[in-house]
Amino acid sequence: MFSLVAFIPRAVQQGIPLLFGSTGETITEKSGNLNLGIPGVMYVGAICGVIGAFFYEQSVPSGDLNGFLAVFIPLLCSLAGSFLMGLLYCYLTVSLRSNQNVTGLAMTTFGIGFGNFFGGSLIKLAGADVPSISLSQTSAYFSKTLPMASTTGWFGKIFLSYGFLAYVAIIISLIAAFVLKKTRTGLHLRAVGEDPATADAAGINVTKYKYIATCLGCMIAGLGGLYYVMDYACGVWSNDAFGDRGWLAIALVIFTIWKTDVGIFSSILFGGLYILYLYLPSGTHTEYKELYKMIPYVVTLVVLVITSMHNKRENQPPHSLGTNYFREER
Amino acid sequence: MPMKNKEPRFYISKRADADRRTAWTIRIIAIVISLIVCGIVTMICTGDNPISIFATIFKGAFGTQRKAWITLQYVAVLLIISLALTPAFKMQFWNVGGEGQVLMGGLSAAACMITLENKLPNAVVILLMIVTSLLAGAIWGVIPAIFKALWNTNETLSTLMMNYIATQLVAFFTIVWEVPKGSGKIGIINQNSNIGWLPNIGNKYLLSILVAIIVTAGMYVYLKYTKQGYEISVVGESLNTARYVGIMVEKVIVRTMILSGALCGLAGLLLVGGINHTITTTITNGQGFTAVMVSWLAKFHPIGMIFTSLLIIFMDRGASEISTAFELNQSFADILTGIILFFIIGCEFFIRYEVRFRKDSGKENA
Repeated sequence: MFSLVAFIPRAVQQGIPLLFGSTGETITEKSGNLNLGIPGVMYVGAICGVIGAFFYEQSVPSGDLNGFLAVFIPLLCSLAGSFLMGLLYCYLTVSLRSNQNVTGLAMTTFGIGFGNFFGGSLIKLAGADVPSISLSQTSAYFSKTLPMASTTGWFGKIFLSYGFLAYVAIIISLIAAFVLKKTRTGLHLRAVGEDPATADAAGINVTKYKYIATCLGCMIAGLGGLYYVMDYACGVWSNDAFGDRGWLAIALVIFTIWKTDVGIFSSILFGGLYILYLYLPSGTHTEYKELYKMIPYVVTLVVLVITSMHNKRENQPPHSLGTNYFREER
Repeated sequence: MPMKNKEPRFYISKRADADRRTAWTIRIIAIVISLIVCGIVTMICTGDNPISIFATIFKGAFGTQRKAWITLQYVAVLLIISLALTPAFKMQFWNVGGEGQVLMGGLSAAACMITLENKLPNAVVILLMIVTSLLAGAIWGVIPAIFKALWNTNETLSTLMMNYIATQLVAFFTIVWEVPKGSGKIGIINQNSNIGWLPNIGNKYLLSILVAIIVTAGMYVYLKYTKQGYEISVVGESLNTARYVGIMVEKVIVRTMILSGALCGLAGLLLVGGINHTITTTITNGQGFTAVMVSWLAKFHPIGMIFTSLLIIFMDRGASEISTAFELNQSFADILTGIILFFIIGCEFFIRYEVRFRKDSGKENA
């Protein structure tokens, strides 16, 4: 039976990784960098958090975890891992002016390989004697809901029943929207993305803005991976489980027409579409479930086509998106 | 030393004439460095010594005659997909939909094999497979092209979405045709009758290799010596120039993507009809994306792609031999491929630009 109160929290849980990813990618794209490496970055963010948590759980006797460290260590590892990926992308595309599409795809290959490799071999490499990576203790800290969640009925279920990272995602996207729209830094960043030559002439340090925006974007996107594995997947790493959410996050950037605050609702909508197949009737014909799984991609494609049909100026991607800037090249 | 004016330590300027020898020297140096880094990474993960690591990599790719043939066959398939994407890239149409186009080609080949068994003679079935898989790939490629031509829809994202739609279509038909029911996979199609299996030439690996050679030669001629190939490069270099000289840009985009998609469909046909004789959602194994890099690394040059695809497959097969030998995860290959790609991508900078270090800073400052 379909119940909206049960459906919305699940949609939100599916949507939060997408929200992290799309917020990060929006900030990156505003600087003119089309980072197709986001799927890889999200894997790296997830696995680095897992590695951090794994060693912390191994090093202390079970049940003795310090709540603060159990959250802080994976968070720091995850941020560091995705930051390094961002730095690599920036070094290749901004400093070495490589093709952004190819660099991004190479990062995705590398990142997904990195995640699956350490996910599959961590136990062997670390010489630990556990059958599989299951970080239920760390996960318990990550998925701790607000205290009123269980006592406030449907309201608590829909609004309060998530781990802290979910609220962090929403706060980050609101801050990002504010900074991009209302502050001088945001104005400079948008200028860099629209026309780096003009921004350079106006005295804005193009390289610095591109580096900071891309690395920050990657760190935010990496948190999406961390949320997925620690909160949604209850701390259990399984290879390829994260799937194609990274690509959906990139698609979501277009869906939200480069506005991170719109992303909050759109990501939840996408999250709902992603699990809609579980709720649609298919009877004994399980094959139709596979067709229902197509829905988010078809919707994205349709939105993509529709936004390009309405050729409005304010809905366009940053003008220099995908091209590199070299001062001496006009 | 203390300076009042901050002066950069080095200057970057564009190379006036990037001659071929310098370019290839830089590329080879980059590949050698990347192999060394790969060796170090492997050493850290496995604790083996570097020489035996590279021996294992080589053994994995060319250790036995059978392994060498399989490696060459993999190279052939990757090469065909890369060649298929190349004309699109040359006109700056970022077709990352190779996965979907290959899958659709494979799906229609499988459809012919399954539904037409015992209804039509083998030769007719194979003929129909060829036609339908080329057509299916072309359709999958032309849909984003039409969007691009009509409304300038971002092709990177539309082709990407088409990949997943194709994956789900394959997943749907996998369950429709699953043998036995409930197993969730199709298994070897027509195992007894061999209807729709592409004929073996010499041995079972040679067919794909021959097709790849023909496609390589064809693409080289098409891009270099035909009017259509020339139009593609004009559109890629400058849209305004193309319009000015009277090239119908929309027509070129659609036509090129039909070709691109059809060739991807051909790769799908080979994968299903010639190599695996089954279809799964992962039959392409990410080669649609790898092909983007293969094509770009070779600077969209068909002959160069033979070497880049060989390099990628060589490392891939070698790394999977290492992961088998040390009981590591198969994704190890992706990490090594990633490292090599980063180095080759990075080295292009040193081919295009010259880095000059500031020599005598004191004098200039004074």
